[in-house]
Amino acid sequence: MTVAMESERESAATALEIKAAAFTLPVIRLFQVDMGALAEQLQAKVEQAPDLFAHAPVVIDLSGLDDPDADISFPRLVGLLRGYGMLPVGLRGGSMRHQEAAHGMALALMSDGSSRRMREAANGDASVAVTHAINLQIGRTQNQDDPMDAGIGLEVGSTLIRRPVRSGQKVYAAGGDLTVTAAVSSGAELMADGNIHIYGPLRGRVFAGIKGNTKARIFCQDLQAELVAVAGHYRVSENIPLKLKHARVQIFLEKHKLRIEPF
Amino acid sequence: MIGGLGHLGLQEDLSLSRVIVITSGKGGVGKTTTSASMGMGLAQKGHRTVVIDFDVGLRNLDLVLGCERRVVYDFINVINGEAHLNQALIRDKRCNKLSVLPASQTRDKDALSVEGVGQVLEELSKDHEYIICDSPAGIEHGALMAMYYADDAVVVTNPEVSSVRDSDRMLGILASKSQRAEQNREPITEYLLLSRYSPNRVVRGEMLSVADVQEILSLKMLGVIPESQSVLNASNSGIPVILDTQSDAGQAYQDMVKRYLGEELPMRFTSDKRGMFGRLFGG
Repeated sequence: MTVAMESERESAATALEIKAAAFTLPVIRLFQVDMGALAEQLQAKVEQAPDLFAHAPVVIDLSGLDDPDADISFPRLVGLLRGYGMLPVGLRGGSMRHQEAAHGMALALMSDGSSRRMREAANGDASVAVTHAINLQIGRTQNQDDPMDAGIGLEVGSTLIRRPVRSGQKVYAAGGDLTVTAAVSSGAELMADGNIHIYGPLRGRVFAGIKGNTKARIFCQDLQAELVAVAGHYRVSENIPLKLKHARVQIFLEKHKLRIEPF
Repeated sequence: MIGGLGHLGLQEDLSLSRVIVITSGKGGVGKTTTSASMGMGLAQKGHRTVVIDFDVGLRNLDLVLGCERRVVYDFINVINGEAHLNQALIRDKRCNKLSVLPASQTRDKDALSVEGVGQVLEELSKDHEYIICDSPAGIEHGALMAMYYADDAVVVTNPEVSSVRDSDRMLGILASKSQRAEQNREPITEYLLLSRYSPNRVVRGEMLSVADVQEILSLKMLGVIPESQSVLNASNSGIPVILDTQSDAGQAYQDMVKRYLGEELPMRFTSDKRGMFGRLFGG
């Protein structure tokens, strides 16, 4: 089964809607600006995985430069990346001068939110920044009762929701687990690429491993769900044994079959 | 930590007025009755209060408050600049702390604009402590406008599954579509008001109980209003039921206003008042 990600359209007359979405983009981190060395090393990377870089939007990251204000020829750099089939879309880090030059090349300035994390990441010249895709409508429900915490769930690839998820609301945790410490109402939907944990009564619909992760699991304290699904294998409440209602269970796939086990 | 919270509370109190939306999603659950009674109750406690009818095209609030024959200008006139706020506001004859801003019966509800509503609310906030927005049913434009600027929300629910579901949906909208949500401020304070409650029907299993509803919606309960003929009588004669101090519904609304203002009171009218014989033989 497929999971519809768009919220319902208001009416047929609506021509567009503006939503927030986030994407996982490869980040090209530069440590030096010698174009010859860059070209050589890029060549080697691209040969390893040509498909990965074909038409791939990439972000240039200058936060790791040995000389933070080094002269960079952006036209050459962009041309180099394009030559390997990549589509440079943005710049992260860099000096004011770099940013102005990037602006001239129609590159977007990406926020520097996770550069600290990137510095701790492996020393490669291509690494992957995982950012979060949060439906606009849903983003509001994140950690609302404590503004100091806002964003923590977004940074580390797992999402924590502490307010009830109401009928009609959808929460999607991209790239990680989703934990809800309040009730999930019937008519609400939880989705995650990883596991889903619910500590309040679960009355809504839950989709774990929606990108096909068959190892994903759902854990809940009080099962009253309308629908549970792991990696597309689903069961509606009609087909959940009555003795499991209100039970504390984990839901997982075993040999392509969805199992609901009390624990 | 406690000091920090106290500090936040203090900031809240500094704002001139509080905007309260009375909402539900479902129609016919008692939003207008609640708006009228809560407005009158707050005014009787000495607070300058205004009740705004957001139900453009189906105005009712003026009827329930008994001022329908004094409507000259309305909310939409004020938004469009066709009348001054003071020309449209109707001062209640029983309690001079209470004013009503009636809805237009003839205009389209799309006349309510975010900016227009915001301007009117800002002007009202200069000399009113409480601004009560009586939301229309549904989750369309009018309802969204009524809740957009709210600080507090009273979600009116009947003890039946469909009403509870709609209230839950409305709570989700409050959490995501209000100005507070859009600006990432402290969320709207949400309260539950259970209306048209009939304890003997709960006993017979025909209605959800207070506990059932509270378990599903997990909200602070502001009051339980019993199903009562006095509500209908009061509406028909243009007197907010809270003024009928003899009736159980009127007393329940008085309790509700006190709880909103911070008093802790036990819930009344939640158990079957008839004797055992009544329960055995009554219909």
